[in-house]
Amino acid sequence: MIEFCMPSLGADMEAGTLREWLVKPGDTVKRGDIIAVVETQKGLIDIEVFDEGTIDQLVVKEEEKVPVGTLMALIASTKEAVVKPEQPEVKTAEKIIPVSLTTTVKASPLARRVAAEKGVDLADIKGTGEGGAITKEDVEKAAAAQKEPVKEEQPTMAAEGIRMAVAAAMSKSNREIPHYYLETKVDMTLPLAWLSEANKKRTVKQRLLPVVLLVKAVAKALADVPDLNAYWDNGLQRKDVINIGFAISLRTGGVMIPAIHLADKKTLDELMASLNDMIPRARAMKLRSSELSDSTITITSLGEGNVETVYGVIYPPQVALVGFGSIIEQPWAEQGMLGVRPILTVTLAADHRATDGATGSRFLVAFNEHLQKPDML
Amino acid sequence: MKITYREALKQAIREALQNDERVFLMGEDVGRYGGAFAVSKGLLQEFGPGRIMDVPLSESGFVGAGIGAALGGMRPVVEVMTVNFSLLAMDQLVNNAATLLHMSGGQLNVPVVIRMSCGTGRQLAAQHSHSWEPLYAHIPGLIVLSAGTHEDARGMLHTALQCPDPVIIFEYTAMLNLEADLPADAGAVNIDRACVRKEGKDISIITYGAGVYKALDAAKELTAAGIDAEVIDLRVLRPLDNISILDSVRKTHRVLVVEEAWGSVNIAAEVSARIMENVFYELDAGVQRLCGIEVPMPYPKHLEDASLPQIEDIIKKVKKMLQHD
Amino acid sequence: MEETSGMQTTTITDREHGMDLLYQMMRIRRFEEKSAELYTKAKIRGFLHLYVGEEAVAVGVTQALRTMDNVLSTYREHGHALSRGITAGVILAEMFGKLQGCSRGRGGSMHLFDAGKRFYGGNAIVAGHLPMAVGMALASKKQKMDNITCCFFGDGAAAEGEFHESMNLAALWEVPLLMVCENNLYAMGTAIRYTHAMQDLEKKGAGYGIESMKVNGMDVLAVEQAARLATAKIRTTGKPFFLVCNTYRFRAHSMFDAELYRDKSEVEAWKKKDPIPALMQQLLEWQLVTAADIKQLELKVETEIQQAVDFAESGTLEPVEELTKFVYSK
Repeated sequence: MIEFCMPSLGADMEAGTLREWLVKPGDTVKRGDIIAVVETQKGLIDIEVFDEGTIDQLVVKEEEKVPVGTLMALIASTKEAVVKPEQPEVKTAEKIIPVSLTTTVKASPLARRVAAEKGVDLADIKGTGEGGAITKEDVEKAAAAQKEPVKEEQPTMAAEGIRMAVAAAMSKSNREIPHYYLETKVDMTLPLAWLSEANKKRTVKQRLLPVVLLVKAVAKALADVPDLNAYWDNGLQRKDVINIGFAISLRTGGVMIPAIHLADKKTLDELMASLNDMIPRARAMKLRSSELSDSTITITSLGEGNVETVYGVIYPPQVALVGFGSIIEQPWAEQGMLGVRPILTVTLAADHRATDGATGSRFLVAFNEHLQKPDML
Repeated sequence: MKITYREALKQAIREALQNDERVFLMGEDVGRYGGAFAVSKGLLQEFGPGRIMDVPLSESGFVGAGIGAALGGMRPVVEVMTVNFSLLAMDQLVNNAATLLHMSGGQLNVPVVIRMSCGTGRQLAAQHSHSWEPLYAHIPGLIVLSAGTHEDARGMLHTALQCPDPVIIFEYTAMLNLEADLPADAGAVNIDRACVRKEGKDISIITYGAGVYKALDAAKELTAAGIDAEVIDLRVLRPLDNISILDSVRKTHRVLVVEEAWGSVNIAAEVSARIMENVFYELDAGVQRLCGIEVPMPYPKHLEDASLPQIEDIIKKVKKMLQHD
Repeated sequence: MEETSGMQTTTITDREHGMDLLYQMMRIRRFEEKSAELYTKAKIRGFLHLYVGEEAVAVGVTQALRTMDNVLSTYREHGHALSRGITAGVILAEMFGKLQGCSRGRGGSMHLFDAGKRFYGGNAIVAGHLPMAVGMALASKKQKMDNITCCFFGDGAAAEGEFHESMNLAALWEVPLLMVCENNLYAMGTAIRYTHAMQDLEKKGAGYGIESMKVNGMDVLAVEQAARLATAKIRTTGKPFFLVCNTYRFRAHSMFDAELYRDKSEVEAWKKKDPIPALMQQLLEWQLVTAADIKQLELKVETEIQQAVDFAESGTLEPVEELTKFVYSK
């Protein structure tokens, strides 16, 4: 018998509340099926199953809150599934579905290639090809749609839960992580001029916002200074992928930090598409569990307000957080001349157990260098 | 000028006989009878029995003699009345024609041309309705051509006779009375490359022989449905023209292979494999095949029709692949 | 039908010719013995069919052929190839799979070819070359060439449909073709009494209206005489001729043959008719050669075969890069 337990979706998830079972005893499930909706401190999360079989027993009842690791359901694996006498033979046969046919996304080789090129997740696409296969056209439509501003949906419940999650994580951080802070000011004249030029070639829907330059420059600087793209877990553990958590404030309070996967590998357009896709989903609390647990560093940008400088709190077990204030026109001296320039204040909060100020300094220098070469981003 | 497929074949043979004294036609009933399908009617009177030779029903014997005559310096055109009888000569084609150049270390050429009428669609039942192009296309050393159009019926023979190696030309009896426009100066065609019979961008219909006109008709109807199909006539079944096939896939990303021969181990299977091997990541859908149903050909018309890919089948299949229905 | 069974033993008076016939047969014999040895040393692989005992047929028939005539043979063709002037060295090199072989090593023992010598195989599908021989003769006729085509095959081939188709076509088209059946009494391991309802094979020619003759294939002078008669007829009439040479192979069908199908006593009985000692005896009797001459010939043959082995040994293998060469001309 396979045990289906409350999953751990992040270091800070201690428990979850089962809101809804999407299956009942006797249902067959296969790898990848969503079988429950669990409310966590981060919102409602669809929970998938990684085994194949028949639901034997639902142990946890709806609205019950249980700690991570608690047995929630028992699944009889297909092999040991007991055929009830009244069930016709045919039905049993139907249950035996080859894993290979059911667990892969059905997409054409070309669609896969194009999706990889455009950074589109095939799992999000409904195929229109033969047998529901995803075609190149489907991928291209999805890629275009990602760039369209999505209508923001009304925030759902769980605001309180999120507030609590943020509270728990930040308390833990403040309790355990010896932070050090570095700050620098960056002249945004050149990057903004480049962006304005680049956007002339783009439709309104495709336009890039300054934040994508910042995200990409962070990603590239992390490649240069990998000690900041890491977890602290009884020592510094560098991560071999750069997944940038982007803090999104919710209207109802609290923040969501979905990860932009492989940010260093994405083009500016792809990063813009990712943000356009994630922000409304975050605010609608429709993020995937993997998006909430994969970040290797966090960016917090308060650019929408009038804040000049952000001193952030690191999100454990990460070891760094980059903060961006608003871009504000300020007097700026260069080569003995004084002028007015658009200035961005960048801060780095870093875990002093993991790195020292010199590392942080190298990161900020690298960040500015990358930012000042926007055509290379 | 509109001429029949039969007339195109005859013009090709007449021209070959006029052009080269070494050329002669031999086969069952090619002379006094005028050819089982009237392709060589009148040529005996025109060229005499030395150039138009009736032969006894000895497929292995006269095909072998054709190979020998080629070794001896002639340019024989051997007609095997139908592909159905060709298995009696298969030893000669496979063990002699195809191997002599190689076995002799490059010393012996076999410039023989074997014409075989073939195909289906005339209610001739199980022993007279074969599509055995794949059998011959399997053999290294043979050049295997399929004349799926009037242009090729008119032009392939000349080029085949210039070739130092054994060439088999498949001709299609069901098309003999079919008329098509052919320029008065139509003549030699290449025997190296496949041919894009219709350009298109949505899907490649790859076919040969009797499938060519069917595919073109289907493509015409598909245009009305907003589908722009490309039609590739393979023409040369051995050696297959990879370049034309792969280029088309790179353009359309979808492939339907249409073939009258039975599906297992046929040309379509080979084409599919080559696409997979070379341009897998260009495919926006799995390669599909419409082939002969694997049954000895039944006699009744409706069953015969059902066993072969028809125009409607092609249209339906293409629409399904493109999800237009 | 020409009746030759009662023909008197042929005599000759030409010392050089007698010496040449003897030399040629001795050379084939020694070549085949050496081949068997080299096979056991794994220098030669594949199938190896030896001609030992049948030498008189190839040597005798070849006397009646001109250089412009075509010859097609079987997979037991070393003797025919040697008789047609392909050197022992290039034949052995071929059997070694070497580039210097007469087919660049591509053919091996069963596929000896030499276009320059008009030697067209080396054909290993029994009777498969008979229709080709008809076609080659047809080409000669059509091109009004003054040559004939000579096709060797065995009693096994005479049971194949292609034999009958070819006899019919040759007669029908009246082509200059010499069909030579080497009847060694066994189709591989099955005796002729189990394979032919009518075992006087020469009689099969009558059904096609082809002039036919049988000859003692163990007597090189008789074979030569019969072949000269046959080729003269062909050159005169332009029509085919069917010559059956009754002979016997002393060795197994191929190297891997336990010879379960015949008694040793039968083999021993035939060995008493060995064509080589028989010719030696005749030539000595007729005082055309001396024992010293024969000794001299043995030495000559031995030297030639040894040189052939050296040539084959020193040959080179074709580079693998050339594997797909000669599938097509370009």
